[in-house]
Amino acid sequence: MTLLSVNDLAVQYGSSQALFGVSFDVVQGEVVALMGRNGMGKTTTIQSICRMVPAMSGAITFGGHDLLRLPSFRAARLGLGLVPEGRRCFAPLTVEENLIASARPGHWDLARIAQLFPRLEERRDQKAASLSGGEQQMLAIARALMTNPRLLLLDEATEGLAPVVRQEIWAAIATLKRDSGLAIIVVDKVLKELNKIADRAVVIERGKSVWAGRPDALTPDLADRYLGV
Amino acid sequence: MTRESYINAGLTFLLVLAPFWAWSMGQAYILTLCTKVAILALAGVGLNIALGLGGLVSFGHAAFFGIGGYAMGILASHAQTFDPIMDWPILIEGTKSMPMIWLVAMITSALAALLIGALSLRTSGVYFIMITLAFGQMLYYFTIGWPAYGGEDGLSIYVRNIFPGLNTLVPVQFLILSYVILGFALLFSARLSRAPFGLALTAARQNADRVETVGIAPFRLRLVAFVISGAITGLAGALFADLNRFISPTMFSWHTSGEIMIFVILGGVGRLYGPVAGAALFILLEHLLGGVSDYWKIFLGVLLLAVVLFARGGLIGTLAGREVGHG
Repeated sequence: MTLLSVNDLAVQYGSSQALFGVSFDVVQGEVVALMGRNGMGKTTTIQSICRMVPAMSGAITFGGHDLLRLPSFRAARLGLGLVPEGRRCFAPLTVEENLIASARPGHWDLARIAQLFPRLEERRDQKAASLSGGEQQMLAIARALMTNPRLLLLDEATEGLAPVVRQEIWAAIATLKRDSGLAIIVVDKVLKELNKIADRAVVIERGKSVWAGRPDALTPDLADRYLGV
Repeated sequence: MTRESYINAGLTFLLVLAPFWAWSMGQAYILTLCTKVAILALAGVGLNIALGLGGLVSFGHAAFFGIGGYAMGILASHAQTFDPIMDWPILIEGTKSMPMIWLVAMITSALAALLIGALSLRTSGVYFIMITLAFGQMLYYFTIGWPAYGGEDGLSIYVRNIFPGLNTLVPVQFLILSYVILGFALLFSARLSRAPFGLALTAARQNADRVETVGIAPFRLRLVAFVISGAITGLAGALFADLNRFISPTMFSWHTSGEIMIFVILGGVGRLYGPVAGAALFILLEHLLGGVSDYWKIFLGVLLLAVVLFARGGLIGTLAGREVGHG
């Protein structure tokens, strides 16, 4: 069943247009990778799904609701769990407080988070601001999970992290996919990791979705053209 | 226990000790000063929920302090003249019962906070400060021009209101009553700051957009905090009116808003005992320096400058260190 459907989405920041027609669907339990070079509109797409930037035209429906009619917090309450770019935790709160502040009843609770990220359990009374980058990223994911979302949106979840920590994050995402049946949109630059985990890939170029398909169908030729790798 | 909780315990101890000391020295007026500290601290505890937890710089908390005071004044003045407040369509009479007065004071100031908050929380920063100030001043001038309850001259209540089982005119009994209420307010404030609501409020103070992405509306969060904050400050207003047995438009003036804010800033913004430390220091300075010069507030001003420039965590922050604090 289609969970999220983005249709011909256009977004404008002031006088400059960022998205010119992005369309894709996410089915329940599916992992979709949003790909594209820097500045092509991946983050804008994510932010506009989460209603953090206003859409100019197009449609976004999520579980039968028209998202474009809702304020950001209502969209989130419907089941959008955003892990924003740049690991933005609630810095003045401790790890545990970050999780409690965002909690909504459901499958995910403090105990399940502790299983997924044992490192966070060790740091539960530490202020989020004092965590390492990788730990902050885990906390950002954990916080989104605590809202018990139906769709998790991971924006650059491994950017700027050490390779070992990246592996930990990718492992956690793989666990999520395997065990929870959560639909996930993931934005990342590491093709190899995306290929392992994504069911489908959508390529965005200059604010348009230009290609969609299985990630292994993305030939080196296409990858070179769209992603510059 | 953290260092801050030792300091809080020490402050509690000093506050409880002061009346005993006053008694042994035969200086009964110190009891009144302690009562005043407790009541003003209560007003600060109210503001601290908006200012400390929510980051809402309200320069109009005198509005709630005054509404609490006038709730007491109106109810008690009608009770002392046996003249009902209204007799149509329903009969509403005045009352001398403190619990009843407190309830009315809290409900009316909460409603006022709901209205003021709903309008002013649409703005932020300087605009929020100015709008809350404007609402406070609006009520100030309204009460000046309201002859039914004394207008500019204010209104005296001859006998302190009644609390079941106590003789509230005995200073020690009213002192204990004020201490107990302050204690409950501190307990409530401590629990609130650790509850999901308080945590979300702290998070929203840092970054409202991030809070929205986890499905919480910052506006509502802040409005609820503002209402709770107003209700507690309103209760303090009712108690303050009972302490002086007098109400006047001064309770609504921006000086009062400023003083409540000074308690919080002197003591430590966002610290549980900040308002207590601030109010105690304020009254202490007023008492010690007030005897030296009528212009003692010059020294207060210098102290406030020093705190803001060199000791951002206020008195509690300076003593307890930053780590448990608030950015």
